[in-house]
Amino acid sequence: MKFLVRRVGFLLAALWAAVTVNFFIPRLMPGNPAEAMMATFRGHVNPAALHALEVAFGINTKESLASAYVQYLGNLLHGNLGISTSSFPNPVTTVIARGLPWSLGLVGLSTVLGFLIGTGLGALAAWRRGGWLDNVLPPMFVIISAFPYFWVGLLSIWLFALTLNWLPIIGAFNATAVPTWSWSFIQDVVRHAILPSFTILVTSIGGWILTMRNNMITVVAEDYVKMARAKGLRPRRILWQYAGRNALLPNLTGFAMSLGFVISGAILVEYVFNYPGVGFMLLQAVQSQDYPLMQALFLLITVAVLLAIFISDVATALLDPRTRGGK
Amino acid sequence: MRILRGVAAALGAAWRFIRRDKKAMVGAFILLALLIISAFPSWFTPDDPAAEIYNPGMGLSWAHPLGTTSFGQDVFSQLMAGTRQSMMIAMVVGFFCTILSVVIGISAAYLGGLVDDALSLFTDVVLVIPTFPLIIVITAYLKSASFWLMVFVLVITGWSYGARQLRVQALSLRNRDYLLAARARGESAWYVIAVELIPPMTSLIVANFLGAALYAVLAESGLQFVGLGDINAESWGTMLYWAQNNEALTTGLPLWALAPGVAIAVLGSALALLNYAFDEIANPALRPVGGRRRKKVVRA
Repeated sequence: MKFLVRRVGFLLAALWAAVTVNFFIPRLMPGNPAEAMMATFRGHVNPAALHALEVAFGINTKESLASAYVQYLGNLLHGNLGISTSSFPNPVTTVIARGLPWSLGLVGLSTVLGFLIGTGLGALAAWRRGGWLDNVLPPMFVIISAFPYFWVGLLSIWLFALTLNWLPIIGAFNATAVPTWSWSFIQDVVRHAILPSFTILVTSIGGWILTMRNNMITVVAEDYVKMARAKGLRPRRILWQYAGRNALLPNLTGFAMSLGFVISGAILVEYVFNYPGVGFMLLQAVQSQDYPLMQALFLLITVAVLLAIFISDVATALLDPRTRGGK
Repeated sequence: MRILRGVAAALGAAWRFIRRDKKAMVGAFILLALLIISAFPSWFTPDDPAAEIYNPGMGLSWAHPLGTTSFGQDVFSQLMAGTRQSMMIAMVVGFFCTILSVVIGISAAYLGGLVDDALSLFTDVVLVIPTFPLIIVITAYLKSASFWLMVFVLVITGWSYGARQLRVQALSLRNRDYLLAARARGESAWYVIAVELIPPMTSLIVANFLGAALYAVLAESGLQFVGLGDINAESWGTMLYWAQNNEALTTGLPLWALAPGVAIAVLGSALALLNYAFDEIANPALRPVGGRRRKKVVRA
């Protein structure tokens, strides 16, 4: 219980830090660039919405910093994130809602899949220490994980889409297709998701393989694994239920810690593939100087990562009896 | 004189280690080659990298080993000239990140108590906030990020992972007898930290430097690729930006887009291989096992 309380506390602290950073960034910038944006709004937006934007970007200097901060927090709690300038007069939340499912589907699924495959391979590599899996996988993925995500994307576009003509180049579905729940449309979506998903998988999997292998090496040397062997248990049972289970815990924490890194790479993958998720949206917002959308997307991505970390913390607590009792 | 001898001894130890380990050897060799290229780029650039004087969009040839861009620049010369900036970013960001990690991680572990709680919380919060979106937002306001601005942004977002690792190791060393003995002798905290605590952690500190350098190279090239760096800079990320904006892949100039990526990947791999090797020093259990030991494990 105490463990969970601590983790909830950490979640709140991290959320508060992200929100506060979000509040101060536009204020710290030389010659507040949001001012030009505000000029286009005057007369088009109702005064309440205009005021909310002023609070968010620190335009109205009559207001004290403290009261602007409190109002900004209040607006956030009410889900009032402002109005998008690039798709005026839609609120930022509606714009984001269009991109979110695509990102959750592509990035979420690929990340979890990468974690599962990587963890499995890492456990196998450590189990057959010095075997071919152990000799080939770690150095190979050490090298691959040093490749820029977006370049792996470019390479796979060039190879699989342009040279071999196997898969579509960009987008989430055929430009002429109408999004419906028909079988042919779903097939189209899957075909478009293969290359970006492959890119995320290939570049993120190495980290999980390596950390799992390293945890597993420590765990396999423990006495209880020797005991299990002495009892004559089947190797497969020792591998997954004795050693694997325990080596997984630190890997789960590692997953939480490097999630931000994977998401960062995924933003560039979405950009390379023109995939209509929130990462691509963030870069488009930057290009069209849509500051409210940009800041809201930063918050959203941060909150998503923090929630995922929290979920993996809860999973750790459920899997590891030691964390349940207290410290 | 004493300092010189110390440096010589450290270099000797590093060389002995690199000679033994194949991964480290490859990594060190690549880094050395890139260092030479970035120190003397003019030796390796047959053509002015910026000059738009050749036929645009040429393929492979002896005169242009990697072809030309659609502006008529020599791709090979651009590649060589771009080495310097990636190396600089790697080294400078790696250096400052390591300093911050060491200062924050070790003071947290050594001072303990409330200071430790506060510093660890701060480290963890910085660690979990996704850095790349944050960097994008900061550079978006500044329009185009100069070299030192890029360094600043990458350092404030890149130190936390190392600080966390170093804190954990410093904690495990903190109550060893030799440290207690040093304190009992009445040595100052600075002496204990600098002379007794940091030297055993050298390999982990080096590994952190390499990790931070790798992070910097990848993040910088990503930012430049999407046009958030200085788009007139001579660098691999900027090459990729122009290649992407001129649709190099679909217009039959794949080398323009793929070559700078290979260069980034080569530098990244060199850093990662060295990092991996230094990890193995820090944790001997990870070292590759020979055939003899393996048999023993199977029998056990």
